[in-house]
Amino acid sequence: MMLDEWVLTVAVFAPLAGAGVIAALPKGREAAVKMSALVASGVALVAGVIALARFDFGSTGEMQLGIDKGWIDSIGARYHMGVDGIALPLLLLTVLLTFLCVLYSQRIMPKPHKPKGFFALILLLETGMAGTFTALDLVLFFVFWELVLVPMYFLIAVWGSERKEYSAIKFFLYTLFGSVFMLLGFLAMYFRSVDPATGKHTFDMLVLQHQAFGSPAFEHMIFLGLFLGFAIKVPMWPFHTWLPDAHGDAPTVGSVLLAGILLKMGTYGFIRIALPMLPERAVEWAPYIGALAVISILYGALNCLAQKDIKRLIAFSSVGHMGFVMLGIATLTDVGINAAVFGMVAHGIITGMLFFLAGSVYERYHTRVIDDIGPGMLLKLPRMGAILAFSAIASLGLPGLAGFWGEVLALLAAFNPARGLSSPLFRAYAVLGGVGTILTAGYFLWLLQRLNLGQVRERWANDPHIDDVRPVEVAAWSPLLVGILALGVYPRAVLEMTGGAVSKLAGFFS
Amino acid sequence: MVAVLLAHEEAHATAQAAGFFAGNAWLIPALPFVAVGVIVFFGKRFRGKGAEVGIAATSISWLLSVIILVTRYVGGGGPVVLRSVRWFPLGRDLGLGLGMRLDGLTSIMFVVVTTVSLLVQIYSLGYMHGDRRYTWYYAALNIFTGSMLNLVIADNLMQLLIGWELVGICSYLLIGHWWEEKPNSDAAIKAFITTKTGDIPFLIGVFVLFAAARTFNITEIIHQVEDGNLSHVTLTAAAILLFGGAIGKSAQFPLHVWLPDAMAGPTPVSALIHAATMVTAGVFLVARLFPVFEASPQALNEVALIGAFTMLLAALLAMVQDDIKRVLAYSTVSQLAYMMAALGVGAGNAGIFHLFTHAWFKALLFLGAGSVIHAVHSNNMSEMGGLRKFMPHTYRTFLIGSVALAGIPPLAGFWSKDEILTEAFRVGARTIPAHGSPVVGSIVYGVGIVTAFLTAFYMSRAVHLTFQGEYRGHGRPHESPATMTGPLWVLAGLSLVAGFAGFPGWQKGFGAWVGVGGETRVPEAHLLLIAVSVVVALAGIGLGRALYARVPARDPLLRLGWFHTLLVNKYYLDEFYMRGIVRPIRDRVSAAIGTRKGGGILRYLQSGDVQRYAAALFAGVAILAFLFTKF
Repeated sequence: MMLDEWVLTVAVFAPLAGAGVIAALPKGREAAVKMSALVASGVALVAGVIALARFDFGSTGEMQLGIDKGWIDSIGARYHMGVDGIALPLLLLTVLLTFLCVLYSQRIMPKPHKPKGFFALILLLETGMAGTFTALDLVLFFVFWELVLVPMYFLIAVWGSERKEYSAIKFFLYTLFGSVFMLLGFLAMYFRSVDPATGKHTFDMLVLQHQAFGSPAFEHMIFLGLFLGFAIKVPMWPFHTWLPDAHGDAPTVGSVLLAGILLKMGTYGFIRIALPMLPERAVEWAPYIGALAVISILYGALNCLAQKDIKRLIAFSSVGHMGFVMLGIATLTDVGINAAVFGMVAHGIITGMLFFLAGSVYERYHTRVIDDIGPGMLLKLPRMGAILAFSAIASLGLPGLAGFWGEVLALLAAFNPARGLSSPLFRAYAVLGGVGTILTAGYFLWLLQRLNLGQVRERWANDPHIDDVRPVEVAAWSPLLVGILALGVYPRAVLEMTGGAVSKLAGFFS
Repeated sequence: MVAVLLAHEEAHATAQAAGFFAGNAWLIPALPFVAVGVIVFFGKRFRGKGAEVGIAATSISWLLSVIILVTRYVGGGGPVVLRSVRWFPLGRDLGLGLGMRLDGLTSIMFVVVTTVSLLVQIYSLGYMHGDRRYTWYYAALNIFTGSMLNLVIADNLMQLLIGWELVGICSYLLIGHWWEEKPNSDAAIKAFITTKTGDIPFLIGVFVLFAAARTFNITEIIHQVEDGNLSHVTLTAAAILLFGGAIGKSAQFPLHVWLPDAMAGPTPVSALIHAATMVTAGVFLVARLFPVFEASPQALNEVALIGAFTMLLAALLAMVQDDIKRVLAYSTVSQLAYMMAALGVGAGNAGIFHLFTHAWFKALLFLGAGSVIHAVHSNNMSEMGGLRKFMPHTYRTFLIGSVALAGIPPLAGFWSKDEILTEAFRVGARTIPAHGSPVVGSIVYGVGIVTAFLTAFYMSRAVHLTFQGEYRGHGRPHESPATMTGPLWVLAGLSLVAGFAGFPGWQKGFGAWVGVGGETRVPEAHLLLIAVSVVVALAGIGLGRALYARVPARDPLLRLGWFHTLLVNKYYLDEFYMRGIVRPIRDRVSAAIGTRKGGGILRYLQSGDVQRYAAALFAGVAILAFLFTKF
């Protein structure tokens, strides 16, 4: 059916088209710019919903809604896209979160304003992110992957705060550094592959899942390249140092998209590329990845305890949460990878929400220092404070809210890792990860105490410019708040999608 | 798509004859959650600001609970009713269910939880009147009630864990209800983090059981234990780890430190959460998985010894408190320890019996203390005294609660405490078979008798300091309104008669219809042991009277010298945790990590210097590319 073949293309390229329209608009047409952005990201969102409606939940392990056309014939790169039960939730997260960011920016924009560039870049970013989660050809994947870099660089460098140029460059170089190695890994796989259908080398991600690439040592090289590319993006300790700077200084929606979606490109890369294409190497790497994951959990949490800046605190909390995702992946089990995908979606909406809040608080108080804003924000801004408490409690993993399942299932998986992995080692990871949840609860409750609770700081008590939640914020946040509760109560909404696809992947390891 | 939204129901009710009420017992935890939704979104539009919604929902839950308990009792116990729906798939051949396991233990817990919750909500109409977060308070009480009921009905450990964590967050929210003051939010955080510390071993214990049994389902796990499918090592490890969670939740040594501080919350909350229900969750957990514990003498001994140690430790602390709520808090720790010790010596029914009676008289004492605090605007007994004249209802009911707690027949506490002591004595004397060690039985009995004396003493002290003598506070105290004294009298009535449910030798008594771990042996009384208990309790009361009947200028316990100092400082445990664990992690380790720039290679890599990055990038690419050509 025509619709099924092109729906992903629409989801991915509608934002790009919107960016084109915005670029063509004359200066000063701010309303038109905003409307174009809203329409473009709205079309992508609708396409995502159609994809969900057309998705066959009976065979989530298969690539669906696929499109496969010739593209660069000389190297065999194809325009090949599709989604299975792992990619679809991430695509939906992308189109939803970006739409909400555009909606939020209709009213609240960072300095130096410049709506044309701002919205065009967000839309460009969306195309890159959505494309990464749908591409089934390594060249296409790489193009989308790199496409993300440029708009995010400019969003931080132009609309950021404090040391924005430094943070933007650091982000750019780190990610570029990783992706160059990743590209080498892609090329190595390409040149060692044979497409049984054509007899030539191939970039087709599905075909590459069933290839041998040579000696174990050579495959380790490839894995190393992929690992660097993905681990920097996640980011895992010790590759995380770009993240607090980038997050801290990015504009609000930049942080939301960075934490909510961009980081998942790294974990998605592990699940989509590294694991199925190099399963035997993955088994050998898993204990080390698990170790880095646990270090990320503990290190992220300890760092959070030391942070004075609310955005940096949330940024470090992402290091910890993504550590749980990576721990789930490292177990190479169906439970663990289900937990990972669930954790990705949950972290996307919860941390996206937290960065929205941090941004809105900053917008009102003009400071991000926790002890300057608090105590007593809950008295000054009852609604905002309540939403913050709800989101923070979701983030610390309370059952009934979305944050719980990713964490607890990752720990469960670590307790029962795949065959070939050391049980005692992974059980130790589970225990250490558990300790991480105590620290996580500690820093979030402490944050709430310092920011939210207590009497209002005198300086703010009568400041009329500090107003509670505005209509545009209600509109942009409600879907996330509902999602946090809905996924907590009904995790099946995601796990029903991921189940089949994850089983297929886990089949490589059992 | 539609299939996603529909849960597939797989009912396997074991008995067709379960009847409507037992078959739909899931309504009992569900109703308070419905109330929460209504209160949060529409509560303020109601005339009673949402309180009536919570009370209505809890009333229905209470009624259903009572019907189920009565029908089960009339039916002679009745079968275990199991029902579940598949919640979500988990990997290839696993899934998680939402389900119910309705047996004697669940039905008795239902009645305890709904009754106390209902009375506390009615009492709060008066106590919390005019509170600035009145509506939210009722919402939180109902989240708590629903979560606690879910905890006791859960048919699988994951569902139980969810209830377990949710009651924990409710405890946090309600302890910190008056969060404008920092000590209150400090206490809330302390409670959450301390219990969470116990939850990690609990979670790992669940994983251990899951890894061995391949299921979270409690009934299936118990079947596997009984069939001998699980190794002794597994069961011992699982039981000891699970008990870690119980130590945290039920405030046993060394994680008991949060409970006294939790008194920062409104007093009705203390009565509901920190006396009658949530803190008993740990005891409930051990009872729920009693076959797992019974399979491991080591684990049982640990439970008994921790219980014995904690009951004495806490009772000693209760003696030296001035804050009336802290007296009751340490008393709760001590009484929970009795329950644990009972389970540890294999007397599951006695432990749950004490849970049952304790819920009434301790909730009564807390609500009575709340009534006093409401009148004198202070928690300190040094600012009370003589309230007998001003508050006759509060005085009489408080007295009933105190006598019940002290263990004077025929009030409730006597029967249950005596059953525990008798069972422990018999285990020690080897006249009944023990799963654990007989020596441990003797220890529990010995410590239990000493603690019984201390219990009678500190309650006698509290009653005298609060109600006798002359009033030492400010203003003129007044009796509380009927919404408050009404629940007091209901609980006083229960404290008077609840003990008869477990009358020794009664064939259809408490143990027979609760049947923890399938045990239905009818306990028997031992007249000599009863005599010893009663004498000890009277001696404690008498000593309290002798020392405090006329309020002394100087607390006579000061004569204990260094020991008194040790008690006042709570054995320096709080200080140890603060200086030894919390501050080093929170302030020093985190600061060291958070501000560190990294040394050596890491610093080089993370300098932020663009040229270095570029150089490193090219070098790295070159090396990797070179290596590719070599393999």
